[in-house]
Amino acid sequence: MATRLTGTKAVPKKGTQAGGGPGFPGPNGKGPRGNGWKGGDEPKRRLSAAAYRITIWVVLAAILMMFAALSGVYLLSGRDRLQKVGMPRMFFLSTAVILASSYSLERAKRSLRLGRQLHSFRWAETTLLLGGIFLACQLLGWRELRAQGLYFSGQPHSSFFYFFTGVHGVHLLGGIAALVYLLTRMRQKLAPLSEKTEITGQVVSIYWHTMDGVWLWLFLLLLIWK
Amino acid sequence: MSGETHEAVHRHEPPKSFIRKYIFSLDHKVIGIQYILLALAAVLVGMTMSLLMRLNLSWPGTNWPILGTLFPGGAPNGVMNPEFYLSLVTMHGTIMVFFVLTTAPQGGFGNYFLPIQIGADDMAFPFLNMMSFWVTFIGFVVILAAIFFSGAPSTVGPIGGWTGYAPLSALGQIAGPGQGMGMNLWIISIAIFCVGSLLGALNFITTLLNMRTRGMSLMRMPLTCWAWFTTAVLALLSFPVLLGGGILLLLDRLAGTSFFIPAGLYVSGILSGTNPNFPLHTGGSPILWQHLFWFFGHPEVYIAILPGMGATSHILATFARKPVFGYRAMVFAIFAIGLLGFFVWGHHMFISGMSPYSAVAFSILTLSIGVPSAVKTFNWIGTLWGARIRFTSAMLFAIGFVSLFVAGGISGLLLGQSSLDLPMHDTYIVLGHFHLVMGVASIFGMFAATYFWFPKMFGRFMSERLGQIHFWITFVGVYAIFIPMHVMGLVGMPRRYSSFTEYEFLRTLHPLVLFVSIAAIITIAAQFIFYFNLIWSLFKGKKAGDNPWEATTLEWSTASPPPHDNFAGIVPTVYRGPYEFAVPGAPNDFVMQTEADAEVPGGNGHAAHRH
Repeated sequence: MATRLTGTKAVPKKGTQAGGGPGFPGPNGKGPRGNGWKGGDEPKRRLSAAAYRITIWVVLAAILMMFAALSGVYLLSGRDRLQKVGMPRMFFLSTAVILASSYSLERAKRSLRLGRQLHSFRWAETTLLLGGIFLACQLLGWRELRAQGLYFSGQPHSSFFYFFTGVHGVHLLGGIAALVYLLTRMRQKLAPLSEKTEITGQVVSIYWHTMDGVWLWLFLLLLIWK
Repeated sequence: MSGETHEAVHRHEPPKSFIRKYIFSLDHKVIGIQYILLALAAVLVGMTMSLLMRLNLSWPGTNWPILGTLFPGGAPNGVMNPEFYLSLVTMHGTIMVFFVLTTAPQGGFGNYFLPIQIGADDMAFPFLNMMSFWVTFIGFVVILAAIFFSGAPSTVGPIGGWTGYAPLSALGQIAGPGQGMGMNLWIISIAIFCVGSLLGALNFITTLLNMRTRGMSLMRMPLTCWAWFTTAVLALLSFPVLLGGGILLLLDRLAGTSFFIPAGLYVSGILSGTNPNFPLHTGGSPILWQHLFWFFGHPEVYIAILPGMGATSHILATFARKPVFGYRAMVFAIFAIGLLGFFVWGHHMFISGMSPYSAVAFSILTLSIGVPSAVKTFNWIGTLWGARIRFTSAMLFAIGFVSLFVAGGISGLLLGQSSLDLPMHDTYIVLGHFHLVMGVASIFGMFAATYFWFPKMFGRFMSERLGQIHFWITFVGVYAIFIPMHVMGLVGMPRRYSSFTEYEFLRTLHPLVLFVSIAAIITIAAQFIFYFNLIWSLFKGKKAGDNPWEATTLEWSTASPPPHDNFAGIVPTVYRGPYEFAVPGAPNDFVMQTEADAEVPGGNGHAAHRH
């Protein structure tokens, strides 16, 4: 048995888990595999597809937190203080359009799984087109609001209409840019898709569907809470 | 799949050009140092402002000719006017909280050491990492611009305090000097800062989850990594709220909306809507800004302190030559503090007219943070218990951290109760409380980190003698500054007032105020010992080896300073937990994380026996 070469006064009793080491492995177990907590098996010198999925969810956590805070502001503004604003008809249309865009994106993914790349490309293009139509509808919705005499400045309820659609639109623009990037990659590499293109597709899809969901939430919020 | 290589593979050669190497560097170590330099510059500005405030408080009406020369508008004839003082309060708070306490612990040391401690060769997204620093830097430039272009010659920025309460902050120039352009720049700077911090947080989380080396399971990470990770999660979830609120505030100011401005507001003798400088506002709620601000603001407090807790645990174990007492409990305590931090923002708003029932709920949640805080404190004491401590400068500052955290935390138990907070709110006791527990404690954590990691970062020790002098003056100094503030607060001295001598009941406090100012001047002077030590040690410090403190974690297994890819092309393998000091049977009193069992004589047979 080796001599005690420590700076401490007390030697841990055998069997206690003072902190590990060869004689007393401690709570962390031994060997390179770790103690069963996920991760750490192989050195990760590069990011896997799963890592990019985690990353986009981390990004979305921040974005969703902002929308949650803004929704909170809207909800706490108090119904009595909100003047009634009629929901512009264009926003019903845009809601339908963005739901359709999520559907077409799913079709694009399914076609890809079935190995029909050209179909997939066409569905992805449709998604992009629907995204553009959605944004156009939002702008037309603003025009409807203006026609009612409701401007960005003024009482908070109409400000919220413009603000929510604007902030959401900016985020969707990010999704459109990512979709354009994806389409150019798919076009370049039609025969077998590179791993990176696949990851990009997954990330874009997660982002797009979430933005779809965010709009649905904002739409229902503006529609119901007034 | 094509064999396309991935960007994330940065088997990188060091860049050659000066600009790529030191300015727009992708290397997390250089970015970490850039963050630390930013904080070192910002803290000088913030400290100078606190010095000016102390001069005004303790020698009211005295003519300081230099002030008159430097700020002819703010201090005509060398005597500070109240608006100038208020803008100093605002900018001191803003610069210290955002550009010092948020940048150095996380962006600085976290950036430098998180990838090394988990055995990665860089952050997951080096480009985003670089962006995060430069965006933060632009935020700093904008806040400095607010000092010089506040829109009023009599101020050095807005006058509404670092919390920027609406509606004062939402109205524009009409709300007072500095509330025009100064406030715009202030909001823009904070918004930019939010973006920079979010980029950083994204990188920290992704890196830690995906880039740990072989054998580095979560429960084998040093507690510093846990702290940085939790801090990043807090930043990720709280900065978007501030960003959203900041945009709304800016819209109220610039686009004529009324999110935070109530109807029928009457300011500076003008009714809303009767003057072109004060357009009509209807239907907003100023309390909403407080909710948004403090929903961010309270987690922000933990963003400042958690990295200091991590560094303290790390350093205490190293110099006590003992494992961290209750590693697992420490990890859960960090998480519990972070989680609870999201549910206590209301305790900043007890006097906002909140329902007493909500106040009780916020009180109970606030006090429950005492539990994980106490777990951490007792575990630190447990780590020190019976140890043969090596009293280095780093260790002294780490012990100082524990002391300050306890001393500042105790008054938190008073302020966290709504009934006690009502009379204490906005008095000096609040100043004493948060400066000790959040300001000075986390700065002590960073001092400890600097003395501890300087040999790794630059290959040289900092001067121990200067470090010890720095510690003792600072340690005694901060107590001499902030403990009397508790007394002032109990007497009823309100915070943020530029002068208290008009009030009969406060005049007796003048000797105490004077004492605090003299202590502050001495403590501030002592910080230049630290600055001198930093620069002197860079060139003349004693050479340090790879593992000068005989520590166990991965950063000590590589060269000092580490090569560009951290481990010179080697992928480290981790075999054990991070704090294996004083292991019976081992040849040294520390076993590094990279040491395989076979390399530790006596280890294998022993282990085989047990299993």
